[in-house]
Amino acid sequence: MSTTVNDLERTVNSGLTTTVKKSQINFNQLFIDVDIENLISVILFLKTNDKCRFKQLIDITAVDYPEKEKRFKMVYLLLSHENNLRIIININIDEKTTVPSIVKIFPSANWMEREVFDMYGISFKDHPDLRRILTDYGFKGYPLRKDFPLTGHTEVRYSEDKKKVIYEPVKLDQEYREFDFESPWEGTKYIKQEEEKNKNKDK
Amino acid sequence: MTRKTKTMNLNFGPQHPAAHGVLRLILELDGEVVEKADPHIGLLHRGTEKLIEHKTYMQAVPYFDRLDYVAPMNQEHAFALAIEKLLNIEVPIRGQYIRVLFCEIGRILSHLLNITTQALDVGALTPSLWGFEERETLMTFYERVSGSRLHANYFRAGGVHQDLPGGLNEDILKFCHTFPKVIDDLETLLTDNRIFKQRNVDIGVVTKEEAIDHSFSGVMLRGSGVAWDLRKSQPYECYRDFDFKIPIGKNGDCYDRYLCRIEEMRQSVEIIKDCIDKMPSGPVKSVDGKITPPPKEDLKKSMEAVIHHFKLFSEGFRVPEGEIYAAVEAPKGEFGVYLISDGSHKPYRCKIRAPGFSHLQAMDYLIKGHMLADVPAVIGSLDLVFGEIDR
Repeated sequence: MSTTVNDLERTVNSGLTTTVKKSQINFNQLFIDVDIENLISVILFLKTNDKCRFKQLIDITAVDYPEKEKRFKMVYLLLSHENNLRIIININIDEKTTVPSIVKIFPSANWMEREVFDMYGISFKDHPDLRRILTDYGFKGYPLRKDFPLTGHTEVRYSEDKKKVIYEPVKLDQEYREFDFESPWEGTKYIKQEEEKNKNKDK
Repeated sequence: MTRKTKTMNLNFGPQHPAAHGVLRLILELDGEVVEKADPHIGLLHRGTEKLIEHKTYMQAVPYFDRLDYVAPMNQEHAFALAIEKLLNIEVPIRGQYIRVLFCEIGRILSHLLNITTQALDVGALTPSLWGFEERETLMTFYERVSGSRLHANYFRAGGVHQDLPGGLNEDILKFCHTFPKVIDDLETLLTDNRIFKQRNVDIGVVTKEEAIDHSFSGVMLRGSGVAWDLRKSQPYECYRDFDFKIPIGKNGDCYDRYLCRIEEMRQSVEIIKDCIDKMPSGPVKSVDGKITPPPKEDLKKSMEAVIHHFKLFSEGFRVPEGEIYAAVEAPKGEFGVYLISDGSHKPYRCKIRAPGFSHLQAMDYLIKGHMLADVPAVIGSLDLVFGEIDR
């Protein structure tokens, strides 16, 4: 029994019907878009359905698109050992949305959700232990948001007077420089068209 | 008469020789029995993902060496695979063989470190002395191809940076002939050693279902009897060309995981031998001048090469819009890169999926009910490297 990505797409679409807003296959991986309200049911379906069996949660992450109205995209990566397939679930949410936690379905989601909370400030409903995980104790801000500066806001040093490590606002001797190497020059169009024509001829 | 007992909190680390790095573990103890473990991580957090968003694709490669610094090239591999899939380019066959060769060397490097330090944690000093000598030899191979022992920066998008220098193949083969003897020697020290067995057998047992539920991968999963190895099940690069076996544990305890690692090293030696034997000739990186830099001698002769070189090392190449998840079987488990490109010369988002992150997460569940002295044994068999967990 070897299920292909196309079979999976069919199973998912018929099993979940309208909850799947969009499904597409890129690079032999299935990407589906769902709504936040259906997250739990979709994940449960994918985990328990006989044709899916996505029993392993690989990762949870988020992506920040500050210019969009629904600013964050939550990404859930699942893996099925039995069918040897992967699926990627995308959910678009805005800044204030609370995401339902899936710790009850996958215990390993615990730290992954904590990391998303730490890096993006997205909070999770019913999470047993939502604390920061990777950043420093007492850290402020959400570092992976696009509006967080690369240099951060504070720096630490050992103060000889106070005999302890202290936090100070970042002072740079030289401003952080972002060079713009990107050239708008794409090459002249007619050469590209010629190239395309030659390619087609070869075929 | 009943006596009231009180649990004691113990702070294990962040600077503890058996913590394999900077792990702060807060243990709740009832006498010597661990009731709860709360790992605090992030003490080595460097913001790799944020930094990568601000670098071109080529500049981002060295960050991957600094994740799991015991087997650097395996990490670079996942990133290179992700970019290549987005760019839709093929690595020349010789490049693929060289990659496999060095991935397997990385696997031996990592397992050697893990086995010997695990032994060190439970009281055996000699294995680390013997094992580290071999690691040094392997790292000279790294140095000879990439110029540095650890931070190789060798697997680039489109292939590998340079071809193998002359005589390296022979030296690696020589190593392959002497190394199995060293594994035998290590085994005589550990496998049937009474103390080593007492410290590892039936410690940190994981059942099949729990291993899957806790997102384990690599040896942690195979030690519990799940036959799953990305090299076999989702073959990337040219792993299809090689014949090797995947060792699988039975009991899912620390001892089984140790045995799996020993056997994996032997299999890796076979793959390396096979790889050198079959090594085809040809280019080692994509010949597309828009992706890989031109050879040095061309810079003196060809204007086009100069332009390509300049553009590649200033702007870098652009990657078409798209998102992809690419994973490799790193020595510690499934190492994945989830890459989103917005069509520019820098990654829009690069999420790194480190296997150790999920393994350490299960610490509480693994150690509950065990004695305090078992904590180092379990940490040892989890194969933790904080470079990749904290990122």
